[in-house]
Amino acid sequence: MARLDVGSQVIIQREHFGELLEALQKKSYKTIGPTLREKAIVYEEIESVNQLPVGWTEKQEKGKYRLVERSDGALFGYNVGPQSWKSYLSPPEVKLWSARKTENGFEVEEKSDEMPQYAFIGVRPCDLSAINILDRVFLDDEYQDNVYGERRKGLFIVAVNCTEAGNTCFCSSMGTGPRSREGYDLAITEIIDGVDHFFVTDVGTENGAAVLEEVTWEKAGDSAVEAAEERINEAADSMGRDLDTDRLRDLLFNNFEHPQWHDVAERCLSCANCTMVCPTCFCHTVEEVTDLEGDHAERWRIWDSCFTLGYSYIHGGSVRKSTLSRYRQWMTHKLASWHDQFGTSGCVGCGRCITWCPVGIDITEETAAIRKSGKVPEEKVDQPQP
Amino acid sequence: MDLEHNTLTKEQIEANPMLPRRFRIDKVTWETQETFTHELVPIDGADMFRFKPGQFNMIYVFGVGEIAISISGDPDDDSRLYHTTRVVGSVTRRKQNLVEGDILGIRGPFGNHWPVEKAVGKDVVVIAGGIGLAPLRPVIYYLLNHRDQYKRITLLYGTRSPDKILYSRQLKEWGARFDIDVSVTVDSADTDWQGHVGIVTKLIPKAVFDPNNTVAFVCGPEIMMRFTAMDLLKFDMPEDKIYVSMERNHKCGIGFCGHCQLGSYFICKDGPVFTYDKLKSYLSIKEV
Ligand SMILES: Cc1cc2nc3c(=O)[nH]c(=O)nc-3n(C[C@H](O)[C@H](O)[C@H](O)COP(=O)(O)OP(=O)(O)OC[C@H]3O[C@@H](n4cnc5c(N)ncnc54)[C@H](O)[C@@H]3O)c2cc1C
Ligand code: SF4
Ligand code: SF4
Ligand code: FES
Repeated sequence: MARLDVGSQVIIQREHFGELLEALQKKSYKTIGPTLREKAIVYEEIESVNQLPVGWTEKQEKGKYRLVERSDGALFGYNVGPQSWKSYLSPPEVKLWSARKTENGFEVEEKSDEMPQYAFIGVRPCDLSAINILDRVFLDDEYQDNVYGERRKGLFIVAVNCTEAGNTCFCSSMGTGPRSREGYDLAITEIIDGVDHFFVTDVGTENGAAVLEEVTWEKAGDSAVEAAEERINEAADSMGRDLDTDRLRDLLFNNFEHPQWHDVAERCLSCANCTMVCPTCFCHTVEEVTDLEGDHAERWRIWDSCFTLGYSYIHGGSVRKSTLSRYRQWMTHKLASWHDQFGTSGCVGCGRCITWCPVGIDITEETAAIRKSGKVPEEKVDQPQP
Repeated sequence: MDLEHNTLTKEQIEANPMLPRRFRIDKVTWETQETFTHELVPIDGADMFRFKPGQFNMIYVFGVGEIAISISGDPDDDSRLYHTTRVVGSVTRRKQNLVEGDILGIRGPFGNHWPVEKAVGKDVVVIAGGIGLAPLRPVIYYLLNHRDQYKRITLLYGTRSPDKILYSRQLKEWGARFDIDVSVTVDSADTDWQGHVGIVTKLIPKAVFDPNNTVAFVCGPEIMMRFTAMDLLKFDMPEDKIYVSMERNHKCGIGFCGHCQLGSYFICKDGPVFTYDKLKSYLSIKEV
């Protein structure tokens, strides 16, 4: 078939969708997509369409996540599970390098593992934005992070626009969804209408177009494109939550001593779940692991969280001892200081932190509570105000 | 010794900012009972590197870990690298046991610097507390190397007791010069001590500088820096001419690990040096 132009839209019928995975695998991509595991939808290597959670959806609420069956055979009939793509791009545990003891010290042994070339299948618009945000964190400054960079370099992204919003979702508020805007190779919108089941597919890059050469597609008629548009709009209208972002950074910077911080600190367990599930939380520590004889040492990079006491440790004691200070650090980082650091919000509105908080703390409610009684300063403030 | 064996190339090191360069300890000097200075020479990636006053390195000690330590040598001398370390915990304890010939890993130099270039044509007041003199020593070297570019130069140094004075020989040498005013004070001392007693801010009223044409570089414990800045403000120094240096947990030194954050700043890349006006709110909020 002829090479499609970037920006064109085509239709892939359900029965041909498997060809997309095959085409990617033929080009040596390791295809990672959603699949069922222990009562949740997670991202793992999938070899065929059958491994997708066909006929499943999820019910999400504050502190609750449950899988439920659906009858329409949708391949992507759910939103986001506890895991995010950061697990593949900045893995929870990764060896940086190791060293061997010598008479006077040590020698570095640099690892030279071949990096797999990933294709992510089914990236939600919020998660696509999260990847764009991580690009800024890890690649857009003086130093580039090799761990992230090596995995990100050859990444192929098949995004899925949302046609149903979850109960804890608020991507509309954050401007990240329910339609994916940039950063994908292909973006699909799943349409099921009676016996019709197809994917309206947007070509985002030359790579995306090249892959489609191996897939059976047809021209997208106006009605199909309209149907996709309509479904996405419905998702936007059925967002489970919303968050008022109007001058949010200044509101939070102006309210570092607001009573709501005490209120949330009473409930928060400082368990770090929210940071583990968040698709943009990037913090990690580096640990030294040695063998018993002490002849060999490894440097491991391991996810860390601002909710732990050790995170802010300096000799003499941790800077953030109280739960109040840790929750405040997390939330104001996501919604306020992130703008100063990376020119964007650190929250994409995926709702994971709400669903996976064991005590149901909801970032949108906490923010609303501060807005209710807290003042927005007249002028932009450059630092949090005491 | 198998120093030549398995040496990393410059390209390998430049390609991965988490990989250390190895340096050999050429000399160990004990400054006080708990503080020592290493003089280091490179093994990997042949050239010595240039640094600016106030920058730091991440120093790796085999088998324990990596810590942020400021470079304490002369920025105009790139033949060796100096680091002054106070023993406080696991890595620094292991580090103190290393001897001449032993090898350390170095990543750096990282962070911004004390902007000596912005002090040209002005009076300079350097105020240090405790180990805070180490990151400021390169400033003093630099000012003295380029003495004619600056007006009055003052060093005020405070530490707990006489036996905790860093670089005491050098302080005496500088004190004997006419082109720098050096005052040292201790929090407490017995009768053998003939110098000043009291906190370092007490030295400020005696220092001679023109508040409207002065740059101050301040480094020490957070509380000392806050009081020092407040006193300098009382002498009508503008907030943006007072520079202070912040400390937070550092795991990477290059903006990836998140640990060093202070509100909007990453201390490792936006700092460690900040003007007081960029920090004053942070310094007055607890646990920020
Ligand atoms: C930019 C910068 C420059 C510094 N310059 C110097 C210097 O010139 N001389 C000097 O003696 N000290 C300096 N420090 C402080 C030094 O990094 C700590 O004293 C050191 O990390 C303590 O390590 P430890 O393992 O011995 O202590 P422990 O108390 O056992 O600490 C455990 C771990 O916590 C982390 N940590 C603890 N304290 C600090 C801290 N203050 N800053 C950052 N991470 C910390 C480290 O990863 C450390 O390995 C500097 C710190 C920073 C941030
Ligand atoms: S803060 Fe919560 S809602 Fe926002 S991106 Fe992170 S997990 Fe999703
Ligand atoms: S907000 Fe919830 S998930 Fe996050 S640390 Fe607190 S209790 Fe855990
Ligand atoms: S030390 Fe890791 S981000 Fe600053």
